[in-house]
Amino acid sequence: MSKSAYEKVKTARSNSRPTGKNYVDSIFTDFIEMHGDRSFGDDPAIVGGIASLKGMPVTVIACEKGRDAKERIFRNFGAPNPEGYRKALRLMKQAEKFKRPVICFVDTSGAFCGVGAEERGQGQAIAANLMEMMTLKTPVISIVIGEGGSGGALALAVADRVWMLENSVYSVISPEGCASILWKDAGAAKNAAESLKLTADDALGFNVAERVIEEKNIGKKEFYRDLREDLYQEIERLSLLSEEELLDNRYNRFRRLGERQGE
Amino acid sequence: MGFVNFLHKPKNELEKGGRKYPEVQFDEGESTRECPGCKKSVPLSHIWGSKNCCPKCGHHFRMNSRQRLNMTVDKGSFEEMFSDLQAEDFMEFPGYEAKLKTTGDSCREKEAVICGTAEIKGNKCCVFVMEPYFMMGSMGTVVGEKITRIFEYASEKRLPVVGFTVSGGARMQEGILSLMQMAKTSGAVKRHSDKGLLYIAVLTDPTTGGVTASFAMEADIIMAEPGATIGFAGARVIEQTTRKKLPNGFQKSEFLLEHGFIDRIVPRSEQRETLGKLLGYHSSAGDENE
Ligand SMILES: [Zn+2]
Repeated sequence: MSKSAYEKVKTARSNSRPTGKNYVDSIFTDFIEMHGDRSFGDDPAIVGGIASLKGMPVTVIACEKGRDAKERIFRNFGAPNPEGYRKALRLMKQAEKFKRPVICFVDTSGAFCGVGAEERGQGQAIAANLMEMMTLKTPVISIVIGEGGSGGALALAVADRVWMLENSVYSVISPEGCASILWKDAGAAKNAAESLKLTADDALGFNVAERVIEEKNIGKKEFYRDLREDLYQEIERLSLLSEEELLDNRYNRFRRLGERQGE
Repeated sequence: MGFVNFLHKPKNELEKGGRKYPEVQFDEGESTRECPGCKKSVPLSHIWGSKNCCPKCGHHFRMNSRQRLNMTVDKGSFEEMFSDLQAEDFMEFPGYEAKLKTTGDSCREKEAVICGTAEIKGNKCCVFVMEPYFMMGSMGTVVGEKITRIFEYASEKRLPVVGFTVSGGARMQEGILSLMQMAKTSGAVKRHSDKGLLYIAVLTDPTTGGVTASFAMEADIIMAEPGATIGFAGARVIEQTTRKKLPNGFQKSEFLLEHGFIDRIVPRSEQRETLGKLLGYHSSAGDENE
Protein backbone atom coordinates (compact mmCIF):
# COMPACT_ATOMS: atom_id res chain seq x y z
CA MET A 1 0.00 0.00 0.00
CA SER A 2 1.40 3.40 -0.84
CA LYS A 3 2.02 5.95 1.86
CA SER A 4 -0.28 8.86 2.63
CA ALA A 5 1.02 12.35 1.92
CA TYR A 6 1.75 12.99 5.58
CA GLU A 7 3.55 9.67 5.96
CA LYS A 8 5.76 10.75 3.11
CA VAL A 9 6.40 14.05 4.87
CA LYS A 10 7.53 12.11 7.92
CA THR A 11 9.67 9.76 5.85
CA ALA A 12 11.24 12.71 4.04
CA ARG A 13 12.19 14.22 7.41
CA SER A 14 13.41 10.99 8.97
CA ASN A 15 16.84 11.06 10.58
CA SER A 16 17.63 7.63 9.21
CA ARG A 17 17.59 8.87 5.62
CA PRO A 18 20.82 9.55 3.75
CA THR A 19 21.66 13.27 3.91
CA GLY A 20 23.25 15.52 1.32
CA LYS A 21 26.83 14.62 2.13
CA ASN A 22 26.06 10.90 1.84
CA TYR A 23 25.06 11.51 -1.75
CA VAL A 24 28.10 13.66 -2.46
CA ASP A 25 30.49 11.10 -0.98
CA SER A 26 28.85 8.09 -2.61
CA ILE A 27 28.11 9.32 -6.12
CA PHE A 28 31.24 11.33 -6.85
CA THR A 29 34.96 10.88 -6.30
CA ASP A 30 37.58 13.37 -5.19
CA PHE A 31 35.14 15.91 -3.75
CA ILE A 32 36.92 19.07 -2.68
CA GLU A 33 34.78 21.30 -0.49
CA MET A 34 34.76 25.07 -0.96
CA HIS A 35 33.67 27.36 1.84
CA GLY A 36 32.22 30.81 2.26
CA ASP A 37 30.22 33.44 0.41
CA ARG A 38 33.13 35.93 0.18
CA SER A 39 31.05 38.49 1.95
CA PHE A 40 29.86 37.45 5.39
CA GLY A 41 30.60 33.86 6.35
CA ASP A 42 30.33 30.18 5.68
CA ASP A 43 27.02 28.44 6.14
CA PRO A 44 27.38 24.82 7.25
CA ALA A 45 23.79 24.08 6.19
CA ILE A 46 24.96 24.10 2.58
CA VAL A 47 27.96 22.10 1.43
CA GLY A 48 29.51 22.87 -1.92
CA GLY A 49 32.55 22.13 -3.97
CA ILE A 50 34.03 20.41 -7.00
CA ALA A 51 33.97 16.68 -7.62
CA SER A 52 34.43 14.12 -10.33
CA LEU A 53 31.46 12.39 -11.90
CA LYS A 54 33.01 9.44 -13.75
CA GLY A 55 35.94 11.64 -14.67
CA MET A 56 33.85 14.71 -15.50
CA PRO A 57 34.45 17.73 -13.26
CA VAL A 58 31.18 18.96 -11.77
CA THR A 59 30.14 21.53 -9.17
CA VAL A 60 28.14 19.91 -6.40
CA ILE A 61 25.94 21.76 -3.92
CA ALA A 62 24.08 19.95 -1.17
CA CYS A 63 21.90 20.85 1.78
CA GLU A 64 23.18 19.06 4.83
CA LYS A 65 20.98 18.49 7.87
CA GLY A 66 23.63 16.67 9.87
CA ARG A 67 23.90 12.99 10.64
CA ASP A 68 24.00 13.01 14.44
CA ALA A 69 22.69 15.31 17.16
CA LYS A 70 25.86 17.34 17.40
CA GLU A 71 26.26 17.78 13.67
CA ARG A 72 22.59 18.68 13.29
CA ILE A 73 23.08 21.64 15.59
CA PHE A 74 26.24 22.65 13.72
CA ARG A 75 24.36 22.41 10.41
CA ASN A 76 21.39 24.37 11.79
CA PHE A 77 19.23 21.35 10.91
CA GLY A 78 19.75 22.08 7.25
CA ALA A 79 18.05 25.48 7.33
CA PRO A 80 20.30 27.82 5.33
CA ASN A 81 21.03 31.44 6.13
CA PRO A 82 21.49 34.01 3.35
CA GLU A 83 25.22 33.32 3.22
CA GLY A 84 24.44 29.71 2.34
CA TYR A 85 22.51 30.78 -0.73
CA ARG A 86 25.21 33.27 -1.62
CA LYS A 87 27.89 30.60 -1.32
CA ALA A 88 25.83 28.34 -3.57
CA LEU A 89 25.45 31.10 -6.14
CA ARG A 90 29.15 31.90 -6.00
CA LEU A 91 30.00 28.28 -6.72
CA MET A 92 27.46 28.13 -9.52
CA LYS A 93 28.98 31.21 -11.13
CA GLN A 94 32.37 29.55 -10.81
CA ALA A 95 30.94 26.46 -12.52
CA GLU A 96 29.63 28.64 -15.33
CA LYS A 97 33.02 30.26 -15.81
CA PHE A 98 34.84 26.95 -16.02
CA LYS A 99 32.04 25.23 -17.94
CA ARG A 100 31.20 22.64 -15.33
CA PRO A 101 27.68 21.31 -14.89
CA VAL A 102 25.99 21.94 -11.53
CA ILE A 103 24.30 19.24 -9.46
CA CYS A 104 22.27 20.24 -6.40
CA PHE A 105 20.89 17.99 -3.67
CA VAL A 106 17.94 19.65 -1.98
CA ASP A 107 16.92 18.74 1.55
CA THR A 108 15.71 21.56 3.74
CA SER A 109 12.63 22.36 5.76
CA GLY A 110 13.14 25.88 4.41
CA ALA A 111 15.36 28.92 4.57
CA PHE A 112 16.13 29.73 8.20
CA CYS A 113 13.68 32.01 10.00
CA GLY A 114 15.83 34.19 12.24
CA VAL A 115 16.64 37.77 13.08
CA GLY A 116 20.13 37.52 11.57
CA ALA A 117 18.78 35.91 8.43
CA GLU A 118 16.40 38.84 7.94
CA GLU A 119 19.10 41.41 8.73
CA ARG A 120 21.30 39.87 6.07
CA GLY A 121 18.52 39.70 3.49
CA GLN A 122 17.16 36.18 3.28
CA GLY A 123 14.59 37.30 0.73
CA GLN A 124 17.17 39.08 -1.40
CA ALA A 125 19.54 36.11 -1.28
CA ILE A 126 16.87 33.69 -2.51
CA ALA A 127 15.67 36.15 -5.15
CA ALA A 128 19.20 36.55 -6.48
CA ASN A 129 19.58 32.79 -6.86
CA LEU A 130 16.27 32.46 -8.71
CA MET A 131 17.22 35.20 -11.10
CA GLU A 132 20.80 34.13 -11.71
CA MET A 133 20.16 30.41 -11.96
CA MET A 134 17.64 31.05 -14.70
CA THR A 135 20.41 32.24 -17.00
CA LEU A 136 23.35 30.21 -15.71
CA LYS A 137 25.11 29.11 -18.87
CA THR A 138 25.77 25.53 -17.84
CA PRO A 139 23.52 22.50 -17.26
CA VAL A 140 21.89 22.35 -13.81
CA ILE A 141 20.25 19.26 -12.30
CA SER A 142 18.58 19.38 -8.88
CA ILE A 143 17.52 16.33 -6.92
CA VAL A 144 15.12 16.68 -4.00
CA ILE A 145 16.32 13.94 -1.65
CA GLY A 146 14.17 14.72 1.40
CA GLU A 147 12.35 17.94 2.18
CA GLY A 148 11.83 20.52 -0.53
CA GLY A 149 10.78 23.34 1.76
CA SER A 150 9.42 26.34 -0.10
CA GLY A 151 11.59 29.20 -1.37
CA GLY A 152 14.58 27.89 0.54
CA ALA A 153 14.50 24.75 -1.61
CA LEU A 154 13.60 26.50 -4.86
CA ALA A 155 16.71 28.67 -4.46
CA LEU A 156 18.73 25.53 -5.31
CA ALA A 157 16.31 24.11 -7.85
CA VAL A 158 15.96 26.50 -10.77
CA ALA A 159 17.31 23.68 -12.89
CA ASP A 160 17.04 22.04 -16.29
CA ARG A 161 15.94 18.82 -14.63
CA VAL A 162 14.38 18.35 -11.21
CA TRP A 163 14.29 14.81 -9.91
CA MET A 164 12.64 13.76 -6.68
CA LEU A 165 13.04 10.73 -4.51
CA GLU A 166 9.91 8.64 -4.15
CA ASN A 167 9.33 9.76 -0.56
CA SER A 168 10.62 13.28 -0.87
CA VAL A 169 8.22 16.22 -0.75
CA TYR A 170 8.21 19.65 -2.35
CA SER A 171 5.86 22.25 -0.94
CA VAL A 172 5.03 25.92 -0.84
CA ILE A 173 4.61 25.71 2.95
CA SER A 174 4.99 23.02 5.58
CA PRO A 175 1.75 21.15 6.29
CA GLU A 176 1.99 22.31 9.91
CA GLY A 177 2.39 25.93 8.85
CA CYS A 178 -0.50 25.66 6.43
CA ALA A 179 -2.76 24.06 9.03
CA SER A 180 -1.98 26.63 11.67
CA ILE A 181 -2.57 29.58 9.32
CA LEU A 182 -5.71 28.30 7.64
CA TRP A 183 -7.32 26.25 10.34
CA LYS A 184 -5.53 27.58 13.45
CA ASP A 185 -4.69 24.01 14.25
CA ALA A 186 -1.25 22.53 13.72
CA GLY A 187 -2.85 19.15 14.37
CA ALA A 188 -4.61 19.36 11.04
CA ALA A 189 -1.25 18.92 9.33
CA LYS A 190 -2.28 15.53 8.00
CA ASN A 191 -5.15 17.03 6.03
CA ALA A 192 -3.01 19.96 4.95
CA ALA A 193 -0.40 17.54 3.58
CA GLU A 194 -3.08 15.92 1.43
CA SER A 195 -4.49 19.25 0.23
CA LEU A 196 -1.10 20.78 -0.59
CA LYS A 197 -0.29 18.01 -3.10
CA LEU A 198 3.32 17.92 -2.08
CA THR A 199 4.43 14.41 -2.98
CA ALA A 200 6.90 13.52 -5.70
CA ASP A 201 4.10 12.02 -7.78
CA ASP A 202 2.12 15.25 -7.46
CA ALA A 203 5.16 17.24 -8.58
CA LEU A 204 5.54 14.93 -11.57
CA GLY A 205 1.87 15.47 -12.43
CA PHE A 206 2.29 19.26 -12.31
CA ASN A 207 5.50 19.06 -14.43
CA VAL A 208 7.40 20.50 -11.51
CA ALA A 209 9.63 17.42 -11.57
CA GLU A 210 10.78 15.30 -14.51
CA ARG A 211 11.38 12.09 -12.69
CA VAL A 212 10.63 10.16 -9.51
CA ILE A 213 13.49 8.03 -8.21
CA GLU A 214 12.61 4.71 -6.60
CA GLU A 215 13.77 4.23 -3.03
CA LYS A 216 13.90 0.45 -3.06
CA ASN A 217 17.69 0.44 -2.64
CA ILE A 218 18.07 3.82 -0.93
CA GLY A 219 21.48 4.23 0.67
CA LYS A 220 22.88 1.07 -0.91
CA LYS A 221 25.78 0.86 -3.34
CA GLU A 222 23.57 0.11 -6.33
CA PHE A 223 21.31 3.07 -5.51
CA TYR A 224 24.20 5.49 -5.79
CA ARG A 225 25.64 3.66 -8.79
CA ASP A 226 22.35 4.02 -10.68
CA LEU A 227 22.11 7.70 -9.76
CA ARG A 228 25.68 8.23 -10.91
CA GLU A 229 24.90 6.66 -14.28
CA ASP A 230 21.64 8.59 -14.65
CA LEU A 231 23.28 11.90 -13.80
CA TYR A 232 26.11 11.27 -16.20
CA GLN A 233 23.78 10.40 -19.04
CA GLU A 234 21.48 13.34 -18.39
CA ILE A 235 24.39 15.78 -18.36
CA GLU A 236 25.63 14.30 -21.63
CA ARG A 237 22.20 14.89 -23.13
CA LEU A 238 22.01 18.46 -21.82
CA SER A 239 25.52 19.16 -23.09
CA LEU A 240 24.39 18.52 -26.65
CA LEU A 241 22.21 21.62 -26.52
CA SER A 242 23.51 25.00 -27.56
CA GLU A 243 23.73 27.60 -24.81
CA GLU A 244 20.69 29.34 -26.24
CA GLU A 245 18.62 26.16 -26.41
CA LEU A 246 19.61 25.21 -22.89
CA LEU A 247 18.53 28.57 -21.46
CA ASP A 248 15.37 28.80 -23.55
CA ASN A 249 14.36 25.34 -22.41
CA ARG A 250 15.04 26.23 -18.79
CA TYR A 251 13.05 29.45 -19.06
CA ASN A 252 10.15 27.66 -20.73
CA ARG A 253 10.27 24.82 -18.23
CA PHE A 254 9.21 27.32 -15.56
CA ARG A 255 7.26 29.60 -17.88
CA ARG A 256 4.76 26.82 -18.56
CA LEU A 257 3.95 26.26 -14.88
CA GLY A 258 0.57 27.81 -14.23
CA GLU A 259 0.54 29.35 -17.69
CA ARG A 260 -2.78 30.81 -18.83
CA GLN A 261 -4.34 31.41 -22.18
CA GLY A 262 -6.40 34.44 -23.06
CA GLU A 263 -6.14 38.14 -22.44
CA MET B 1 19.82 48.00 23.56
CA GLY B 2 22.11 50.84 22.56
CA PHE B 3 22.50 49.25 19.18
CA VAL B 4 18.77 49.07 18.67
CA ASN B 5 18.39 52.73 19.58
CA PHE B 6 21.17 53.60 17.22
CA LEU B 7 19.38 51.79 14.43
CA HIS B 8 16.25 53.70 14.95
CA LYS B 9 17.47 57.16 15.70
CA PRO B 10 15.39 59.27 13.32
CA LYS B 11 17.47 60.87 10.62
CA ASN B 12 14.86 63.00 8.95
CA GLU B 13 11.49 64.56 9.55
CA LEU B 14 9.71 61.54 8.22
CA GLU B 15 11.37 59.08 10.55
CA LYS B 16 10.56 61.35 13.46
CA GLY B 17 6.97 60.80 12.55
CA GLY B 18 6.47 63.21 9.73
CA ARG B 19 6.26 66.92 9.28
CA LYS B 20 4.02 68.88 11.59
CA TYR B 21 0.65 69.57 10.18
CA PRO B 22 -1.66 72.29 11.43
CA GLU B 23 -4.51 71.12 13.61
CA VAL B 24 -7.37 70.42 11.28
CA GLN B 25 -10.96 71.37 11.81
CA PHE B 26 -13.79 69.12 10.79
CA ASP B 27 -17.52 68.70 11.13
CA GLU B 28 -18.66 67.15 14.36
CA GLY B 29 -20.67 64.56 12.45
CA GLU B 30 -17.95 63.34 10.11
CA SER B 31 -16.68 59.74 10.41
CA THR B 32 -13.20 59.40 11.75
CA ARG B 33 -10.61 56.69 11.99
CA GLU B 34 -8.05 56.19 14.68
CA CYS B 35 -4.56 56.52 13.26
CA PRO B 36 -2.23 53.70 14.33
CA GLY B 37 0.66 56.15 14.02
CA CYS B 38 -0.38 59.00 16.33
CA LYS B 39 -3.43 57.37 17.95
CA LYS B 40 -5.52 60.44 17.17
CA SER B 41 -8.84 60.21 15.44
CA VAL B 42 -8.62 61.62 11.98
CA PRO B 43 -11.57 62.53 9.74
CA LEU B 44 -11.78 60.21 6.75
CA SER B 45 -11.97 63.10 4.28
CA HIS B 46 -8.60 64.32 5.50
CA ILE B 47 -7.02 60.88 5.06
CA TRP B 48 -8.41 60.62 1.56
CA GLY B 49 -7.26 64.12 0.80
CA SER B 50 -3.67 63.24 1.63
CA LYS B 51 -3.14 60.08 -0.43
CA ASN B 52 -4.43 57.82 2.31
CA CYS B 53 -1.90 59.15 4.80
CA CYS B 54 -2.58 60.60 8.21
CA PRO B 55 -2.47 64.41 7.84
CA LYS B 56 -1.19 64.67 11.40
CA CYS B 57 1.69 62.18 11.56
CA GLY B 58 2.13 60.95 8.00
CA HIS B 59 1.19 57.35 8.76
CA HIS B 60 0.61 55.49 5.49
CA PHE B 61 -2.71 53.69 5.53
CA ARG B 62 -3.16 50.67 3.31
CA MET B 63 -4.70 51.51 -0.03
CA ASN B 64 -6.21 49.54 -2.87
CA SER B 65 -4.53 49.08 -6.22
CA ARG B 66 -6.82 51.36 -8.27
CA GLN B 67 -6.43 54.25 -5.84
CA ARG B 68 -2.70 53.79 -5.91
CA LEU B 69 -2.62 53.70 -9.66
CA ASN B 70 -4.65 56.91 -9.89
CA MET B 71 -2.34 58.68 -7.53
CA THR B 72 0.78 57.54 -9.39
CA VAL B 73 0.24 57.64 -13.14
CA ASP B 74 -0.67 60.49 -15.47
CA LYS B 75 -4.38 61.07 -15.66
CA GLY B 76 -6.07 58.83 -18.21
CA SER B 77 -2.82 57.17 -19.31
CA PHE B 78 -3.41 53.71 -17.85
CA GLU B 79 -4.37 50.91 -20.19
CA GLU B 80 -5.01 47.69 -18.37
CA MET B 81 -3.75 44.35 -19.69
CA PHE B 82 -4.51 40.69 -18.94
CA SER B 83 -7.52 41.79 -16.91
CA ASP B 84 -9.57 38.69 -17.67
CA LEU B 85 -7.23 36.24 -16.00
CA GLN B 86 -8.91 34.74 -12.99
CA ALA B 87 -7.80 32.32 -10.29
CA GLU B 88 -9.09 28.76 -10.42
CA ASP B 89 -9.32 26.24 -7.64
CA PHE B 90 -7.46 23.61 -9.68
CA MET B 91 -6.38 21.61 -6.63
CA GLU B 92 -9.83 21.62 -5.03
CA PHE B 93 -8.23 23.05 -1.95
CA PRO B 94 -10.62 23.17 1.02
CA GLY B 95 -12.33 26.53 1.27
CA TYR B 96 -10.42 28.15 -1.59
CA GLU B 97 -13.29 28.57 -4.00
CA ALA B 98 -15.45 30.29 -1.38
CA LYS B 99 -12.55 32.48 -0.34
CA LEU B 100 -11.93 33.56 -3.92
CA LYS B 101 -15.56 34.54 -4.22
CA THR B 102 -15.80 36.55 -1.02
CA THR B 103 -12.47 38.30 -1.51
CA GLY B 104 -13.28 39.05 -5.15
CA ASP B 105 -16.71 40.40 -4.27
CA SER B 106 -15.44 42.62 -1.52
CA CYS B 107 -12.60 44.26 -3.44
CA ARG B 108 -14.12 43.98 -6.91
CA GLU B 109 -10.89 42.73 -8.46
CA LYS B 110 -10.35 39.43 -10.25
CA GLU B 111 -6.90 38.85 -8.87
CA ALA B 112 -4.28 40.29 -6.56
CA VAL B 113 -2.46 42.36 -9.17
CA ILE B 114 -3.37 44.77 -11.94
CA CYS B 115 -1.05 45.32 -14.89
CA GLY B 116 -0.85 47.58 -17.87
CA THR B 117 0.90 50.45 -19.57
CA ALA B 118 0.85 54.03 -18.38
CA GLU B 119 2.77 57.26 -18.33
CA ILE B 120 4.34 58.74 -15.23
CA LYS B 121 5.22 62.43 -15.68
CA GLY B 122 5.15 61.77 -19.40
CA ASN B 123 7.40 58.70 -19.26
CA LYS B 124 5.85 55.66 -20.88
CA CYS B 125 6.23 52.50 -18.82
CA CYS B 126 4.68 49.19 -17.84
CA VAL B 127 3.17 49.09 -14.38
CA PHE B 128 1.95 46.47 -11.99
CA VAL B 129 0.19 47.22 -8.73
CA MET B 130 -0.59 44.48 -6.25
CA GLU B 131 -3.92 44.46 -4.42
CA PRO B 132 -3.84 44.07 -0.64
CA TYR B 133 -7.56 43.44 -0.39
CA PHE B 134 -7.47 40.39 -2.65
CA MET B 135 -6.31 37.57 -0.36
CA MET B 136 -3.63 39.85 1.09
CA GLY B 137 -1.92 40.14 -2.28
CA SER B 138 -0.87 36.51 -2.19
CA MET B 139 0.84 35.12 -5.29
CA GLY B 140 -0.82 32.22 -7.01
CA THR B 141 -0.55 31.15 -10.61
CA VAL B 142 -2.50 34.10 -12.01
CA VAL B 143 -0.45 36.71 -10.17
CA GLY B 144 2.71 34.94 -11.34
CA GLU B 145 1.39 34.76 -14.89
CA LYS B 146 0.41 38.44 -15.00
CA ILE B 147 3.72 39.63 -13.57
CA THR B 148 5.59 37.39 -16.02
CA ARG B 149 3.53 38.68 -18.93
CA ILE B 150 4.05 42.33 -18.07
CA PHE B 151 7.83 41.82 -17.95
CA GLU B 152 7.75 39.88 -21.22
CA TYR B 153 5.68 42.64 -22.81
CA ALA B 154 8.03 45.30 -21.45
CA SER B 155 11.03 43.37 -22.83
CA GLU B 156 9.41 43.16 -26.23
CA LYS B 157 8.43 46.83 -26.32
CA ARG B 158 11.63 47.94 -24.58
CA LEU B 159 9.80 49.68 -21.77
CA PRO B 160 10.74 50.18 -18.13
CA VAL B 161 8.63 48.50 -15.44
CA VAL B 162 7.37 50.23 -12.30
CA GLY B 163 5.87 47.82 -9.80
CA PHE B 164 4.17 48.27 -6.43
CA THR B 165 4.31 45.20 -4.21
CA VAL B 166 2.10 44.22 -1.32
CA SER B 167 1.83 40.57 -0.46
CA GLY B 168 1.51 38.06 2.31
CA GLY B 169 3.59 35.67 0.20
CA ALA B 170 2.87 32.66 -1.96
CA ARG B 171 -0.74 31.47 -2.07
CA MET B 172 -0.76 28.11 -0.35
CA GLN B 173 -4.14 27.14 -1.80
CA GLU B 174 -2.41 26.71 -5.16
CA GLY B 175 0.33 24.54 -3.70
CA ILE B 176 3.60 23.91 -5.46
CA LEU B 177 2.58 25.86 -8.56
CA SER B 178 2.41 29.01 -6.41
CA LEU B 179 5.98 28.39 -5.35
CA MET B 180 7.01 27.96 -8.96
CA GLN B 181 5.75 31.46 -9.75
CA MET B 182 8.75 32.78 -7.84
CA ALA B 183 11.09 31.17 -10.38
CA LYS B 184 8.87 32.05 -13.33
CA THR B 185 8.61 35.75 -12.48
CA SER B 186 12.33 35.90 -11.64
CA GLY B 187 13.12 34.51 -15.07
CA ALA B 188 11.02 37.20 -16.74
CA VAL B 189 12.63 39.95 -14.62
CA LYS B 190 16.08 38.61 -15.56
CA ARG B 191 15.33 38.61 -19.29
CA HIS B 192 14.03 42.16 -19.02
CA SER B 193 17.11 43.20 -17.08
CA ASP B 194 19.48 41.53 -19.55
CA LYS B 195 18.06 43.79 -22.24
CA GLY B 196 19.36 46.78 -20.33
CA LEU B 197 15.90 47.86 -19.26
CA LEU B 198 14.94 49.53 -16.00
CA TYR B 199 12.78 48.03 -13.27
CA ILE B 200 11.78 50.08 -10.23
CA ALA B 201 9.99 48.39 -7.34
CA VAL B 202 8.09 50.24 -4.64
CA LEU B 203 7.58 47.99 -1.62
CA THR B 204 4.50 48.75 0.41
CA ASP B 205 3.05 47.36 3.60
CA PRO B 206 3.34 44.39 3.87
CA THR B 207 5.72 42.77 1.37
CA THR B 208 6.71 39.36 2.64
CA GLY B 209 7.45 35.73 1.84
CA GLY B 210 7.65 34.56 -1.74
CA VAL B 211 7.20 38.01 -3.24
CA THR B 212 10.07 39.44 -1.20
CA ALA B 213 12.14 36.41 -2.19
CA SER B 214 11.49 37.03 -5.87
CA PHE B 215 10.52 40.08 -7.90
CA ALA B 216 10.29 42.56 -5.01
CA MET B 217 14.02 42.23 -4.35
CA GLU B 218 15.10 41.97 -7.99
CA ALA B 219 14.60 45.55 -9.10
CA ASP B 220 17.39 47.89 -10.21
CA ILE B 221 16.00 50.48 -7.84
CA ILE B 222 14.07 49.46 -4.76
CA MET B 223 12.05 52.06 -2.89
CA ALA B 224 9.79 51.50 0.08
CA GLU B 225 7.01 53.39 1.78
CA PRO B 226 7.75 54.56 5.32
CA GLY B 227 6.92 52.09 8.07
CA ALA B 228 6.13 49.20 5.73
CA THR B 229 6.76 45.66 6.92
CA ILE B 230 9.16 43.98 4.51
CA GLY B 231 10.74 40.60 5.07
CA PHE B 232 10.98 36.97 4.14
CA ALA B 233 9.78 35.10 7.21
CA GLY B 234 6.82 36.26 9.25
CA ALA B 235 7.68 37.93 12.56
CA ARG B 236 5.56 35.44 14.49
CA VAL B 237 7.33 32.48 12.94
CA ILE B 238 10.72 33.98 13.79
CA GLU B 239 9.64 34.56 17.36
CA GLN B 240 8.47 30.97 17.63
CA THR B 241 11.65 29.59 16.03
CA THR B 242 14.14 31.63 18.02
CA ARG B 243 12.07 32.08 21.20
CA LYS B 244 13.38 35.62 21.49
CA LYS B 245 11.63 38.94 21.46
CA LEU B 246 12.16 40.78 18.21
CA PRO B 247 13.98 44.11 18.19
CA ASN B 248 11.92 47.28 17.79
CA GLY B 249 11.29 48.25 14.23
CA PHE B 250 12.22 44.78 13.00
CA GLN B 251 11.46 44.27 9.29
CA LYS B 252 10.27 47.85 8.84
CA SER B 253 11.40 49.86 5.81
CA GLU B 254 13.79 51.79 8.01
CA PHE B 255 15.36 48.50 9.18
CA LEU B 256 15.88 47.39 5.58
CA LEU B 257 17.38 50.75 4.66
CA GLU B 258 19.74 50.46 7.60
CA HIS B 259 20.85 47.00 6.49
CA GLY B 260 21.34 48.00 2.90
CA PHE B 261 18.50 46.21 1.16
CA ILE B 262 16.56 49.14 -0.24
CA ASP B 263 17.69 52.29 -2.00
CA ARG B 264 15.34 54.82 -0.48
CA ILE B 265 12.27 55.36 1.64
CA VAL B 266 9.88 57.50 -0.36
CA PRO B 267 6.60 58.75 1.13
CA ARG B 268 3.53 58.71 -1.07
CA SER B 269 3.55 62.46 -1.42
CA GLU B 270 6.90 62.26 -3.25
CA GLN B 271 6.57 59.02 -5.19
CA ARG B 272 5.24 60.40 -8.44
CA GLU B 273 7.90 63.06 -8.57
CA THR B 274 10.71 60.59 -7.76
CA LEU B 275 9.49 57.97 -10.22
CA GLY B 276 9.20 60.59 -12.94
CA LYS B 277 12.77 61.75 -12.40
CA LEU B 278 14.19 58.25 -12.25
CA LEU B 279 12.37 57.21 -15.40
CA GLY B 280 13.69 60.35 -17.04
CA TYR B 281 17.28 59.51 -16.10
CA HIS B 282 16.85 56.14 -17.81
CA SER B 283 14.97 57.28 -20.88
CA SER B 284 17.62 55.81 -23.19
CA ALA B 285 18.00 52.54 -21.24
CA GLY B 286 17.89 49.49 -23.48
CA ASP B 287 18.17 51.43 -26.72
CA GLU B 288 19.20 48.97 -29.39
CA ASN B 289 21.55 51.28 -31.23
CA GLU B 290 23.61 52.06 -28.15
ZN1 LIG C 1 -1.44 59.79 12.57
